[in-house]
Amino acid sequence: MSLSLTSRDHEMLRGDHGPATKMAMSILVRMAEVSGANELLDIVGAHIDSTVYIGEAGLEFAERLANLGAKVAVPTTLNVSGLDEYHWQEWAVPSEWAKQAYRQMAAYQNMGTIPTWTCAPYQTEMKPKFGQQIAWGESNAIVFANSVIGARTERYPDLFDICCAITGRAPAIGLHLTENRAGQLLFQLVDIPTQIQQRDDFYPVLGNLIGKLSLDKIPVIHGMAVKPGEDQLKAFGAGAASSGGVALFHMIGITPEAQTLEEAIQGKSPIQTIEVTMDMLRDSRRELTHTGTDELHMVVLGSPHFSLAEFKHLAPLVQGKRKHPNVKFLVTSSRAMTQLAQRAGYLEPLAAFGAQLTVDTCILTSPMLPEEIRYLMTNSAKFAYYSPGLLQKQIAFGSLEDCVNSAVEGRVIREETAWAD
Amino acid sequence: MGRLTLQGKVIIRGEAQGEALVSREPLSFWGGYDWMTGEIIDRRHMLSGAIARDRIFAVPFTRGSSTTTAVLLEAIRAKTAPAALITTDVDFFFALASVIADELYDAPLPLVALAENEFTRLKTGDKIHISANGTITVII
Repeated sequence: MSLSLTSRDHEMLRGDHGPATKMAMSILVRMAEVSGANELLDIVGAHIDSTVYIGEAGLEFAERLANLGAKVAVPTTLNVSGLDEYHWQEWAVPSEWAKQAYRQMAAYQNMGTIPTWTCAPYQTEMKPKFGQQIAWGESNAIVFANSVIGARTERYPDLFDICCAITGRAPAIGLHLTENRAGQLLFQLVDIPTQIQQRDDFYPVLGNLIGKLSLDKIPVIHGMAVKPGEDQLKAFGAGAASSGGVALFHMIGITPEAQTLEEAIQGKSPIQTIEVTMDMLRDSRRELTHTGTDELHMVVLGSPHFSLAEFKHLAPLVQGKRKHPNVKFLVTSSRAMTQLAQRAGYLEPLAAFGAQLTVDTCILTSPMLPEEIRYLMTNSAKFAYYSPGLLQKQIAFGSLEDCVNSAVEGRVIREETAWAD
Repeated sequence: MGRLTLQGKVIIRGEAQGEALVSREPLSFWGGYDWMTGEIIDRRHMLSGAIARDRIFAVPFTRGSSTTTAVLLEAIRAKTAPAALITTDVDFFFALASVIADELYDAPLPLVALAENEFTRLKTGDKIHISANGTITVII
């Protein structure tokens, strides 16, 4: 079968809807052909990861589209950028770099998008609904939308998401189609104590493990004894989408396309069944730490961006305490979420503790950390996974409580009892 | 004649020649490929520290971040990209970088997919030629 286009698709491809739409459609059609799509389908929303400034080529692409008059055809949210637009000067961001990153922000904002500047668009009012076809970039957002919400997006890269947004179309491939959403690898939790499953740090640890073992397959997690909350599923997905290419997971009895095992695997047989033991989880937890010392310069929280519920959880943990003077304590979140947290009174204890807030971006997408900050600690599997390669920094992984206690002590300390043999 | 000839599937047409760098595991280019130098910088990856610039880079598929395309596109523009990529299936992220490099700079990166059992026959250090029809010849 070859790609068949509607008459409207052909109009866009010919340039009847303007040169930017023509460029976007021509990329879309070439990629639809490469991926063997039979047709394109309508989408109801998009999330643009292309906003992250990497270098000149990405900026040239954005400005080419913007200068051709590109406008999005569907409601479109924006991922993190390279800058906290109003506070980047407080950090080590070179001003020349900031200028370029800002041009890229402006190019995408001028296309009629919604400047959410967050990697957690599923925690905004623009969150999609079950069954909706969307085109999303940003690996953690993709896996959340597909798995936790049951919306449908393929694992789209930067630069393609915007082509879908401009045309309102996406190739009918992969996870857009029901038959490709069946679970492929069955992970059976074996003797994982309920008190471990109730811990926040269980989810990034499990995500890191499942991602590493699943790679690009669809994992099914069976045997959960507790019902995880939204932020726990978010931490799990972000971990699985960092160590692997997981774009969809099913958790039996928890995620919407997996009320039963039968439903999750669509009556097919899984490729493989893998038992998940406490030993495997301990190894996964150990791997997330990439440092040989307890030295600590900075605690980093908020990958994916901190939610209101996470601020609510953090506030009492830091209440009445003060971080060590030699340690920085940073939370990254969205503008909207920090405003809600402000109104709810969660930011005052953080400020008194000595915490700093950054919005619009994070430590992975902005060159904000000065060189002298070399030892990090986090509760995020995504920060833990990428910091050594992207930032050339050492990082320790721990629970949120460990992160707070370490910031107070001035060195990495972890409560090991729960994870001990 | 080479010592080994494999027929790949053309994903993005193009001819290339160079020394192979072969990964048995996938790689995210974001956090895994330094586009300023062409070095593999994922410190947990088997090829950490290797230089992929101008080589025939065989990597089964991409993992993780959706920013992989943007990083490869920067590398193509900066001339720090591999000479060609060999994968085990259509890799959407790599293909898109090549399509956009064609659109912006008339510089598509050749991309060929090999069946998994043939992919495993490639070794780092092989001198490889890729022809426009997807034939992969290991010269020495």
